[in-house]
Amino acid sequence: MSGKEMMYRDALREAIDEEMERNREVFIIGEGIAERGGSYKVTEGLLAKYGKLRVRDTPISEASMIGAGVGAAIAGGRPIVEILYIDFSMLGMDQIVNQAAKFRLMTGGHGRVPFVMRTQGGTGGGVAAQHSQSLEALFYHIPGLKVVMPSAPADAKGLLKYALRQDDPVMFLEHKHLYMTKGMVPNGEHIVEFGRGDIKRAGKDVTVIAWSNMIPRTLQAAQELEAEGISIEVIDPRTLVPLDLPMILTSVAKTNRVLIVQEAVRRGGVASDIASLIQEHAFYDLDAPIGIVAGLNIPVPFNLELEKASVPQLDDIKAAVRKIVAH
Amino acid sequence: MTQAPPAVGNAPSRDILEKIFRMTFAIRQFEAEGIKLYRQGLIRGYFHPYLGQEGIAAGACAALRKGDYIASTHRGHGHCIAWGAEISKMMAELLQKRTGYCRGYGGSMHIADVTTGNLGANGIVGAGTPLGVGAALASQVRGSDAVTVTFSTDGGSNNGTFMEALNLAAIWNLNFILLIENNQYAVSTTIEESTRATDLYKRGEALGVESHKVDGNNPLAVYDRVKDAAEKCRTGKGPILIEAKTYRHMGHHVNDPGKYMPAEKLAYYKGRDPVDAARKSLSDMSDATDAEIKAIEASVIKEIADAIEFAVNSDEIKVEEFRQFADVY
Repeated sequence: MSGKEMMYRDALREAIDEEMERNREVFIIGEGIAERGGSYKVTEGLLAKYGKLRVRDTPISEASMIGAGVGAAIAGGRPIVEILYIDFSMLGMDQIVNQAAKFRLMTGGHGRVPFVMRTQGGTGGGVAAQHSQSLEALFYHIPGLKVVMPSAPADAKGLLKYALRQDDPVMFLEHKHLYMTKGMVPNGEHIVEFGRGDIKRAGKDVTVIAWSNMIPRTLQAAQELEAEGISIEVIDPRTLVPLDLPMILTSVAKTNRVLIVQEAVRRGGVASDIASLIQEHAFYDLDAPIGIVAGLNIPVPFNLELEKASVPQLDDIKAAVRKIVAH
Repeated sequence: MTQAPPAVGNAPSRDILEKIFRMTFAIRQFEAEGIKLYRQGLIRGYFHPYLGQEGIAAGACAALRKGDYIASTHRGHGHCIAWGAEISKMMAELLQKRTGYCRGYGGSMHIADVTTGNLGANGIVGAGTPLGVGAALASQVRGSDAVTVTFSTDGGSNNGTFMEALNLAAIWNLNFILLIENNQYAVSTTIEESTRATDLYKRGEALGVESHKVDGNNPLAVYDRVKDAAEKCRTGKGPILIEAKTYRHMGHHVNDPGKYMPAEKLAYYKGRDPVDAARKSLSDMSDATDAEIKAIEASVIKEIADAIEFAVNSDEIKVEEFRQFADVY
């Protein structure tokens, strides 16, 4: 398939642009997204193209921005609400958890909430404890939400386009360090359905499951470990809910060894849940305990060295793989 | 930001007067019968009666039109009925039956019908305000002149989203009416304990929003006020805040005896009964005869009796259905 190289943020913009072009119900609201084009330039140019009815700035009112998005979705709209930092989405948790996630079931299935919240998380550049969190586990825990965490431009585009065509609330979680990373994006209509993982690198010795900004880091680890004779299969679930468990189990059946890498803190994390699913479904395939490399159970410190120490680094991943292989 | 009655023009038609009376009476009857079923153990969970506040839902909904939206509260039966819901499907929902509006998955606090623009009751006090603003936003984006009314409460007005969401509606000139039903209690906490400024409509003025107060026990006054507000919204003058002062006829829910409600105050408000007021308006302001009014009452009583029979005789939900549904999650 032919494609072109583009940045993650440009791929996101292309997805929004194409879907706004395609469906008049799609609109986007957020802080500084109109004239300014967003803090990460994802929405640059959309105001000029679609006008202020469909591309609008909001005051700093996260709970009501999210609530308005949910209400618009219930009323048949296709809103995208951009929340500057995932940390700020905590202000809208009632609307996410008690309204968006539950409406479909509470109405016996006739009410749908095609609401997309785009936001970004993760560490990077010393933005400290209230601007650095990886909070996907909070949303993962709530039945009724889809949780999407693209690691590459093509996935970002394809998943966002899919998000805007399906009918459930989507937590679309980007990473602040990925916006300027580049990758090939297929030309033409490119859609990635939820629940389909991607094998980012094929291998035979160890399955490493990671997502978001841990993918580039894991791929680098895989490349470096190849020199040591260790072949790593890197799986990116791309969507944590729904999770492509069959892909994971197929890989585990082949490698018999698993490491899960997440930037989020270890306690109560998605990695722990994936590990429990693997041991439940593939216990006899395993030749070693499932490893997890995760963030420390602390708020992210400001100091850059401490910040690095608080989340998985390249060497942490490599060391964990070696340990599993040596078991 | 006056409190004077709006200049709507002619007196309401007989159709409107009849609709308002029928709805107040239906709500009264529905709640009375529902409470009986609750006490018999046929309805479980929470049941927040709308008794005493009927005139607000009936007046407001009669002033809206097809294609508009409403968002309701935990005390939501009245809004649902006044919006024209099928009583049988409401009753079946309260009885946890699969024939209910939400197939028994929602219950009293979550009845919704998106096909008719009813965004639903809500178990979270105040949460309907941003949801209603969202529906109004979606309407504006699609170029529709639909109006959204969020029924909120004095309790809900002390949630942060009250100001946030009304402010969003204001900066975007949305067709949004925030109707605060000030029944003077948040569960049992009085309005005086909850805020220094007990005239809640005045909060809208701080946001540049046209704001009014209205007698919530006078269904026609509510109708006039909401009709005026809806017309203003449709000509780009929204949003509008309306505070309708009223009082519950009993405690917060069926099992709350409401001992904190002073007898004198309760008697005062019961003496200003919205159902009686609606009946009197129909009688005085139209050519409806007493016999015709009795016939309306009889047909409502029968409709509710039929609804109960339908609900009681409806099939129970099978657990397998739930599992099938849960797979979607």
